[in-house]
Amino acid sequence: MATQHSRSAARLMMAPAVILLLGWMLIPLTMTLYFSFKKYLPLRGGDLGWVGFDNYVRFVSSSSFWPAVATTLIIVGGVLFITLILGVLLALLLDQPMWGQGVVRILVIAPFFVMPTVSGLVWKNMFMDSNNGFLAHLWRAFGAEPVQWLSQASLPSLIMIISWQWLPFATLILLTAIQSLDSEQLEASEMDGANWLNRFGFIILPHLARAITVVVLIQTIFLLSIFAEIFVTTAGAFGTKTLTYLIYQRVLESQNVGLGSAGGVYAIILANIVAIFLMRIVGKNLDA
Amino acid sequence: MGQIHLSKVTKSFGDVEVIPPLDLQIDEGEFVVFVGPSGCGKSTLLRLIAGLEDVTGGQVMIDGQDATTMPPAKRGLAMVFQSYALYPHMSVRKNIAFPLRMAGLDKAEQDRRVAQAADVLNLTDYLDRRPGQLSGGQRQRVAIGRAIVREPAAFLFDEPLSNLDAALRVGMRLEISELHKRLATTMIYVTHDQVEAMTMADKIVVLQAGVIEQVGSPLELYRSPRNTFVAGFIGSPKMNLLGGTEAAKHDARTIGIRPEHIAISSESGDWEGVVGVSEHLGSDTFFHVNCPAFAEPLTVRASGEIDLKYGAKVFLTPDPAHLHRFDDKGLRLG
Repeated sequence: MATQHSRSAARLMMAPAVILLLGWMLIPLTMTLYFSFKKYLPLRGGDLGWVGFDNYVRFVSSSSFWPAVATTLIIVGGVLFITLILGVLLALLLDQPMWGQGVVRILVIAPFFVMPTVSGLVWKNMFMDSNNGFLAHLWRAFGAEPVQWLSQASLPSLIMIISWQWLPFATLILLTAIQSLDSEQLEASEMDGANWLNRFGFIILPHLARAITVVVLIQTIFLLSIFAEIFVTTAGAFGTKTLTYLIYQRVLESQNVGLGSAGGVYAIILANIVAIFLMRIVGKNLDA
Repeated sequence: MGQIHLSKVTKSFGDVEVIPPLDLQIDEGEFVVFVGPSGCGKSTLLRLIAGLEDVTGGQVMIDGQDATTMPPAKRGLAMVFQSYALYPHMSVRKNIAFPLRMAGLDKAEQDRRVAQAADVLNLTDYLDRRPGQLSGGQRQRVAIGRAIVREPAAFLFDEPLSNLDAALRVGMRLEISELHKRLATTMIYVTHDQVEAMTMADKIVVLQAGVIEQVGSPLELYRSPRNTFVAGFIGSPKMNLLGGTEAAKHDARTIGIRPEHIAISSESGDWEGVVGVSEHLGSDTFFHVNCPAFAEPLTVRASGEIDLKYGAKVFLTPDPAHLHRFDDKGLRLG
């Protein structure tokens, strides 16, 4: 009896949080679906009635749709690639005993504390500015012509900025995973004749598989909706328009809420496709 | 193959010297046990031999070759770790084959040797399982299997049985002894359990604070311990170490008498005492007897038939032939 009572009491007490979360998710979702079937132009007549799948067709047939999807995937893939490789290397490095370890670890985490908008602006103005940026000075110091980073190499620049921001996250998760590796396993493999590369490939990397899965899943979720970094640097120009950014432009710049909402539904579908693929590829690592 | 010689080996961690200069000869095919209380440096000594720690000074010779600066893999030794250190993401087969794979042996030879090791260790049915699906004893056997396949010059065991329950430990103890007889390879075994040391060793090395207190066969150590530390450490239950006037009667600072060398009687004897706690093992009974002549209670072994109640008055008579005498430095006399 007591358990049943406490169970229903528990349900009752959890209810506010559950209802709040559900509302937070369901209301915007329903509204997005609702608007996506309407011709809704706030500054040009407001709600102009139902249009069926018109918005969906128009969003996909727009010339910016497929490039935006491609850009999104390139940014996500590029950032994942860079943060995972550098993350593993940094984690290995930080795992070594060294002088000033505590300070170094905090410094490594630091970029994660910087707001996306701020880091975008700092990179744009202090590093990548083609006249006064640090990189421009560096290039000139070697007698080279400074690169117009955000216009000539816009996507790589963006990937660089976002990777810099997400590297601490990957490093931290991978570092804790490396620290949980039983040192006797490494010693055993050393006695078994494994050199450094073998130890990394056969012992450390398989041990990290689960942590890598977590990093890939979490980062993908956040990277699919990356926005601020693009907004403050290129504002979607030079081929840096992601799906998220395209939706923003449709809703706020063209003031077409219906079209933007249809784009939002596509973004949900894209995110789910990516998620399913990721789960298939790496999800089995979470079972073991 | 399998001869190890340490000369003047020292090891310091920072300013702390854990092993002062130490010499030790391990002969081919011997089963040597390093035994001592925790923190006595026995594991460090094993790791120095394995090459997992670098010696601070001195020389490690393996089969007449200077191995002092050789990397662990080149020394031809195999080690079984306390935590087994199996690779969790590999099957038992791959675990056992790992050293062979690292040595670059071809697949057929790997399979042959793994099958052979699995046969010796009764692991054939488990080859495709992961270590996580095995019991403690089975994992232990996989760890041994991984050591066997390399056909090493010597096996190093670092407290391999301490994670097993008591019944399994006795079984594995026998299996390892059996394996030693069959392979006739040098084995070095580290333990803090003197029962393991007594039952398995050809040669016991008793260590305390990095210093070798005594080296000898189990019975040598049992019959003539070189000092009070060895006397108290080897043998179960512990030897009774007695001081005071009784010791002075024998011209010694301390006398030692094992529980099994004291006769107990309710009528007459040398020392009078009162029975305290008694431990019944069935075959034997250990009585803890409080004698007014000594500060510490004495442990006495008696046949399991003898029944003495708590508080009963008894008389103890030590067997003079098995009395050990120690001087004021704790060293053996005579």
